[in-house]
Amino acid sequence: MTDTKDAAATDSGAAPDGGTIAIRLEDLAKRFPGEKELAVKDLTMEIPQGEIVILVGPSGCGKTTTMKMINRIIEPSSGRIFLDGEDVTKVNPDQLRRRIGYVIQQIGLFPHVTIADNIATVPKMLGWKKERITERVDELLEMVGMDPGKYRDRYPKELSGGQRQRVGVARAMSADPDVMLMDEPFGAIDPITRDRLQNEFLRLQEQIKKTIVFVTHDIDEAIKMGDRIAILREQSQIAQFDTPERILVNPADDFVADFIGRGASLKRLSLSRVRDVELHQWPTADEGSSHDEVRRTLEGSDKSAVLLLDDQRRPVRWVNAEHLSRSGGGGELSGVGLPPEAMVQPNATLSDTLNEMITARYSTAIVVDSDNAYQGIVDIDTINETVRSMRRAELGRLRDADGGSGEAEDPEDEDR
Amino acid sequence: MTDVSWYESFWTYLGFTWQDLLGLGIEHAIVVIISVTISTLIGVSLGVLTYRTDRPRAAVLGVTGTFLTIPSLALFTLLIQVPLLGLGAPSVIFALVLYGLLPVVRNTIVGLREVDSAIVESAQGMGMGRNERLWRIELPLAWPVVLTGVRVSTLLLIGIAAIGAYINGPGLGDEIFEGLAQIGSATALNRVLSGTLGVIVLAILFDLVYVVISRLTVSKGLK
Repeated sequence: MTDTKDAAATDSGAAPDGGTIAIRLEDLAKRFPGEKELAVKDLTMEIPQGEIVILVGPSGCGKTTTMKMINRIIEPSSGRIFLDGEDVTKVNPDQLRRRIGYVIQQIGLFPHVTIADNIATVPKMLGWKKERITERVDELLEMVGMDPGKYRDRYPKELSGGQRQRVGVARAMSADPDVMLMDEPFGAIDPITRDRLQNEFLRLQEQIKKTIVFVTHDIDEAIKMGDRIAILREQSQIAQFDTPERILVNPADDFVADFIGRGASLKRLSLSRVRDVELHQWPTADEGSSHDEVRRTLEGSDKSAVLLLDDQRRPVRWVNAEHLSRSGGGGELSGVGLPPEAMVQPNATLSDTLNEMITARYSTAIVVDSDNAYQGIVDIDTINETVRSMRRAELGRLRDADGGSGEAEDPEDEDR
Repeated sequence: MTDVSWYESFWTYLGFTWQDLLGLGIEHAIVVIISVTISTLIGVSLGVLTYRTDRPRAAVLGVTGTFLTIPSLALFTLLIQVPLLGLGAPSVIFALVLYGLLPVVRNTIVGLREVDSAIVESAQGMGMGRNERLWRIELPLAWPVVLTGVRVSTLLLIGIAAIGAYINGPGLGDEIFEGLAQIGSATALNRVLSGTLGVIVLAILFDLVYVVISRLTVSKGLK
């Protein structure tokens, strides 16, 4: 009990480096009628402006209840909610909700009105002028990657699941709220589309910088989407509230470690991207090179194959000693060797790269830039080094932070 | 045999009386339209007021269901004793309104309860108040179901309205009761037949009207 409070206090102390506090929950509690146990017990939490904060935990831990108390879809039994420093615990809930974007798993688009009218819901209630609404609707549709001319007048049933989800996000952003609440927004979508939508949303968030409270039960989604993750146990008690990196490297207790599950190291791989690691080089040769040149390159390296590149440095084929001898000593190399696979771009995560690499020849992923020109390779050693150095770095940072914040804690508490 | 002669005689009868029959048909339709309109207003209101709460909902469904079990002849006979109603159209309309309630109330409640709770929650989450939610989201979504209830109610009332002629009510029932009174005479069969066919034609016409109403009032997004 005291532990969690301390943890929360330390973290709120850590928050200001990211800027101001957008949402502050103070001793928030909820008891549902007819239930003995509190669903949420004395939760105190601060959510920094412009960040995605993930509430994650096992089902029934109160994470959704907690989120729904922020826009008071569920009224708290006690405690207070501050939005940008303003106490909104008692203000008119409808007025409050128009300031907060809300996306739920089922999206809940209105099936009887068009996409444009769905998105225009809040602006209409706020009494915007017609032209301003039309303009905003088109802008939002474009923002979520849908052609306004094509989709404006359609009905929700004419859209795919992924498109509906996009419209749901657009609708939540319609009146440009500072805060958005998202309850498993990607939960009901197939894994491939989900991945794409998550990436799109992260890209969007880089521009819009909203404060987002995001609920999920999926730790992998939490690690991918979160700037900060609050791992909750029963009654919405904070087990750990920290950045994904620090949670993975240093789980606060067994509960957190269990929840992250095995493979924390593997999960960490989805936090770094190919562009963050030092690429290794592989022996390469020009496509037009002669047999002998390629053979010399091969013999001069410790690798068992040479990567042939075309005149724009795009990987064309792998050639190994066997290929060379089988094709005889002639001058031309055309058609010799095997096509390259496992090509990744610098923005791929190491986790995806590893996945590609495992099935690829020579256990190597070829890194190419956006024009598909060869940059280098990532192999299992690269990944191994990265994981170890990340762990070292985080542990180091953690030790520093513990020393520092320990002293800073007391005066802060007195401040309050 | 007489087969040939009865339908020949029926055609001749129609030829002579179609104008009267048309008049009766219009009266019949007017009584039904008035009754269904009142039933719908009351029924939808009752549905809206009770769909969220268990006991009132059960009570409303129970009471309106009971109305339907009262034999219409008995109800008409009782109603003519009531001051201000008496013989004729007012009693008929009063009875029809009672009979028409159940399908409307039932379908309103079912329709509103079937609205996806996620849709209602997202409306609430965007700051739509309770009334606004009802008018802008829940009722439009429940409307196809409500409309089906009104349609069923209409068909039911077209049939019952015919019996209203028993207490001097307007409409095609008149023709049927006249025929019954003259049973054995040459025109008895013609009268009963024309009254009955008139009711059937009216029912078909009303159904067509509902197809049009549904086209016009149900959102394209729901079809």
